[in-house]
Amino acid sequence: MFTFIARRLVMLPIVFFGVTVIIVLLMQLLTPAQRAAAYIRSENQANQIPQIIQQYRLDEPWYVQYGLWLQRLSEGDWGYSRTTNEPVLTTLQKRFPTTAELALLAILPVIGVGIFLGTAAALNRDGFIDQFVRVLSIFGWSIPTFVMGIWLLVIFYGLLGWFEPGRISTEYVVQIAQGGFQRYTGMMTIDAMLNGRFDIALDALRHLVLPVITLATVQSAQIMRVMRSSLLDALSEDYVRTARAKGLQTTVVNRKHARRNALIPVITLSGFVMIGLINGVVITETIFNYPGLGQWAAQAALSLDYASVLGFAVFTAVVVVIANLLVDVLYGVIDPRIRYA
Amino acid sequence: MSDDPRTPPTETPVMSTLPAGDAAPERKGNWLARWWSSKSMKRFRRNPLAIVGLIIVVAFAVIAIAAPVLTTPSRSCLRDLGLTAATADGYRDVTNPAFYKMMFQTPDTCYMMPRVGYSPIPQPAETSGTLLGTTSQGYDIFYGLLWGSRTAFRIGVIVVGIGLLLGILVGATAGYLGGWIDNVLMRFTDMVIAVPALVLALVIVMVLGNSIVNLMIAIAAVAWPSYARLVRGEVLRVKELEYVTGAQSIGRRPFGVVVRHILPNAIGPILIVASLDIGSIVLTAAALSFLGLGPELGYADWGQMISFARNWILGPPGQPLAYWYTSFWPGLVIVLFVLGWNLLGDAFRDVLDVRGNV
Repeated sequence: MFTFIARRLVMLPIVFFGVTVIIVLLMQLLTPAQRAAAYIRSENQANQIPQIIQQYRLDEPWYVQYGLWLQRLSEGDWGYSRTTNEPVLTTLQKRFPTTAELALLAILPVIGVGIFLGTAAALNRDGFIDQFVRVLSIFGWSIPTFVMGIWLLVIFYGLLGWFEPGRISTEYVVQIAQGGFQRYTGMMTIDAMLNGRFDIALDALRHLVLPVITLATVQSAQIMRVMRSSLLDALSEDYVRTARAKGLQTTVVNRKHARRNALIPVITLSGFVMIGLINGVVITETIFNYPGLGQWAAQAALSLDYASVLGFAVFTAVVVVIANLLVDVLYGVIDPRIRYA
Repeated sequence: MSDDPRTPPTETPVMSTLPAGDAAPERKGNWLARWWSSKSMKRFRRNPLAIVGLIIVVAFAVIAIAAPVLTTPSRSCLRDLGLTAATADGYRDVTNPAFYKMMFQTPDTCYMMPRVGYSPIPQPAETSGTLLGTTSQGYDIFYGLLWGSRTAFRIGVIVVGIGLLLGILVGATAGYLGGWIDNVLMRFTDMVIAVPALVLALVIVMVLGNSIVNLMIAIAAVAWPSYARLVRGEVLRVKELEYVTGAQSIGRRPFGVVVRHILPNAIGPILIVASLDIGSIVLTAAALSFLGLGPELGYADWGQMISFARNWILGPPGQPLAYWYTSFWPGLVIVLFVLGWNLLGDAFRDVLDVRGNV
């Protein structure tokens, strides 16, 4: 197991290298002056562009620029975000917990609903539940995130007034701004509870309901489909029939023999779910005006804020690489054949 | 255009992926009849969801083709068609050259939604005199939806085309040559897949600038890797067949072997799977356009129409759903479009049994 993980860890920098090279090569489509914009902090610096190009050596061949860029990245100089008016790294640190809060809460329904309904459908093949789940998953899979988000807002914000967009209500923003509210983790719900402010925690949770549903729908639908079909495959295997023939209880056969093997394709998919969540976060946060990384990246792309978009892209690349590593390790844990291959 | 999901007419490449038992359909009638009565088609026809998908997609294709005749274009569109106020209906006249120009060489101005006034507030159908109302700034929703389906097919077909070309180039090279070239190309492919598509497309559109062409380039740049994988897998399978070895042994150059012998027999199922991606490609395009990274303002494009609706979620006090039409119609159309392609895609992937990781 140890060598397996070690081997995977070696792959990590290689993938990171490849992804960042792609991004830096794309940036070569810009002029050096445009690339220099990533390091400009105020309008007064506009006439210093030649100096900035000199200082950061932005007119050198791309591989020199790549090396220098990597070096600056490792030194913590990720450029300056004009969208948030602070260094890119600071914005990443500030906004990451906010997005993580949304994504983590979205993973729960994705896994829970997806696996639960997928299993239920497969065990009741062609029954009512199965038909219901199949229709549900086809619709969930076909509703684009941005349509879903807008429709939810029209109904639950416009018509019913139950939930609002944004992170927390204005009254609490004012209260927090007045001081006395400690930020421990950066995740609003947890911080509020640690501060003993359960009213704020509840308010923060209320603001998360619609974004979480929006973000989770597509992904749950996918997990549901894969879970259903792979469990159906597993149920028709010889070892399941053998287990039944031995006289084992149906629930034991389903749980221990069939479902465990059926989970392997679901784990494969979970790497893609991670990618789907990152894509979804950009859209969902924009719709719900939720102050996370995705909203920042979308805003930055609109205002040609290269430093921010690059920072976001590099960050997501790292997240995806780590997620894929976790998926691989999980594989190894579940399926010994992979460990020893 | 490839809105027709039928198998390519020549040979029976699709059959080759089926188990041996299925590969002997009755040899009666022409290829069309044979194809219709083939086992995989029978399976397809028995699947009601697939039929629903087919109907939806065909309906969208018909709407996309007929859009010019069903709507009244703006004045600048008429001008670009060479029509004056007196001959304004010329684009509906089959004998008029303007009709063919509208159909096959549509000027970009015709894709622009006509504006019914310039009111910043959306107007419902009754007061605006349009079929489905207007968005803010007076853009005609009905026109946008119909011409949007044209935009959708245009984006879908072109992106799939470019993506396939790139995918075939990379996949066939990797699969045929093998060795370290295969390794390098496929690892590169893996890396592109590893970056979330929307993020990469975001970077590309930002660098290239906003326009529908750049939007298509960006999406093609994230779409090709999965085709490359598919092509490589099929090439690996076909390249071991005897007639390929035969072609090699009579001294055909590698390029000739790949293009004349391997690709024609490897490409059939891939073409179908790729064209079924049109749904998800249009979805990505609409998402980017929703974020403001799509075609210019006023271009008939569903994503942009949804983004217009963002500011009109709340109605005036007492009428919470006053502007429902701004988000309902474009949303419904996108959902139906994606649903149709997903249903169709599901059924065909089942029938063809093509998988990505060969």
